[in-house]
Amino acid sequence: MTHWIIAPILIPALAGLLLLLEVRERQQLRRVTGLLSCVALIPVALVLWQQAAQGDVGVYQLGNWQAPFGIVLVLDQLSAMMLLLTAVLALPALLYGCAGDDRRGPNFHSLFQFQLMGINGAFLTGDLFNLFVFFEVLLIASYGLALHGRGPERVKAGLHYVVLNLAGSALFLIALGLIYGTTGTLNMADFAVKAQALEGSDQILLTVAVLLLWVVFGLKAALFPLYFWLPAAYANATAPVAALFAIMTKVGIYAILRMQALAFSDGPLAGLGADLLWWLALVTLALAAIGALAAQRLGGLVAYLVVMSVGTLVAALSLGDPKVVGPALYYLIHSTLICAALFLLCDLLRRSRGDSDDRLESGPPLAHGNWLGAAFFAAAVAVVGLPPLSGFVGKVALLQAVPSAPYWVLLLLAGLAGLVGLSRAGSTLFWRVHGDVVSKKLGRRRVIPMLALLLASPLLTVAAEPLLQLCGGVAEQLADQTIYIRAVLGGAS
Amino acid sequence: MELLVALIIGVLVATGVYLCLRARTFSVVLGLTLLGYGVNVFLFSMGGLKINQVAVVGASADPTDPLTQALVLTAIVIGFAMTAFLVVLALRSQGEQHSDHVDGQDGEQRS
Repeated sequence: MTHWIIAPILIPALAGLLLLLEVRERQQLRRVTGLLSCVALIPVALVLWQQAAQGDVGVYQLGNWQAPFGIVLVLDQLSAMMLLLTAVLALPALLYGCAGDDRRGPNFHSLFQFQLMGINGAFLTGDLFNLFVFFEVLLIASYGLALHGRGPERVKAGLHYVVLNLAGSALFLIALGLIYGTTGTLNMADFAVKAQALEGSDQILLTVAVLLLWVVFGLKAALFPLYFWLPAAYANATAPVAALFAIMTKVGIYAILRMQALAFSDGPLAGLGADLLWWLALVTLALAAIGALAAQRLGGLVAYLVVMSVGTLVAALSLGDPKVVGPALYYLIHSTLICAALFLLCDLLRRSRGDSDDRLESGPPLAHGNWLGAAFFAAAVAVVGLPPLSGFVGKVALLQAVPSAPYWVLLLLAGLAGLVGLSRAGSTLFWRVHGDVVSKKLGRRRVIPMLALLLASPLLTVAAEPLLQLCGGVAEQLADQTIYIRAVLGGAS
Repeated sequence: MELLVALIIGVLVATGVYLCLRARTFSVVLGLTLLGYGVNVFLFSMGGLKINQVAVVGASADPTDPLTQALVLTAIVIGFAMTAFLVVLALRSQGEQHSDHVDGQDGEQRS
């Protein structure tokens, strides 16, 4: 049973390698391989969740090297929950890709699998340098995926994305070097113990290292002033890729949350950089609201909604209060799935509008306007946080947990801005029409994955109470870092 | 020796950052490469600087730290692959946009 922990990394890795071997002309075979891997990830994630939900922290020592010396994979409730979310998101995204988008470049399927491997690895690893490696794996795959489908706009956005992330990787390495130089360890649990004991100049160096880490994770999470790459990269990516990327910003948030809970919840370095994160997140929230109002294209609007969710989450999590983490996790699940659904919906609209693309201007009428309109309406209600869908539940829970005036004002105003932006987009796309219908085909293979993701919102609403309790349990386990440290270091601390 | 290594890292990173901020893709690629070199030397020196010592415990009285060497090896491999990728991407960008400006076109052309 212990070997299950590494399965979420091995399954996509093997599938990705197999996909590299398979002959290019046999597209069906590649689709089946990719889908099989994605389907397999869901029961594996469920098994792991079952294992983690019992309260123990599972530790997998690679090569059986003892904890501070070898690399460990650690499975607690937070990582299990993120793995499950990734698996649930990946299947509809890949199904949508199999409807035809995967033909636009030769290596879509293998890159998709390597991306999943990187994301799962980042959620599981208990070693800082290994986290860097998995970040690189997911980034390298994402570079390829972001460029999938070609086009000058995509190349331009892709170039910025790659250069920024390479600079980010350099900063990550500097931070890791400083951490190793001062504490002599890269194991997260061991680091959490040793960081408490540092004094004098070593402590100052470690502070620098940790602030650098926040910069790197902030870049991944798309926090102000490092979010400018996101709208262009996401809006120009192919739809299934953009949908999968909805979890990428959450990897950065996860890394911040993990490090904060593990090493900076008490002791001399408690709350390091938290004030900074709080204000930067609030600025992110405000600027994302402006961006959503100013968006010229639906894809850009959705990308700014992703940034908005990042601001909302990081601001709440920066407080370091275990009571906030539960609602924040619920909101994280909701925003990931719904933003992914919106990216897919945006692509469906783009397909039925011909040359007008997803620009927010008067265009041809839509062949299935009623159905698409209803889906758009539901997605908009969910993502902005109006009752009765899941965004509302998540936001109310967050507002209850964060008793701070600037947060309330900004979150509500940002919600209003999102609402105005989406109403403008909806009325332009569906009502300001002229001319004839361009394309009648919608394609069931594209609609079903989109609806499946959208269905997450009512499900999250119906199961809100147990889910919030579940997230609260995850937060409780996360707050008690001794469980994690004892599990990894075997009672040595 | 510490001073020399620190100076080398400083010069490498400074030139790297300067070149990264240029507007042409070629200088940006060079800049990221130099930045990568600076970071690698920095990472290497984090295990402590020692001359003429092997990285095997027991083979010498004061062995060097083997872990940083492993870390640097990983970082070099990743950095090398990424540079190759970036060069191809920069060429593609020039091919598609007929300009090696990082924004796809020069300021004058755009206005």
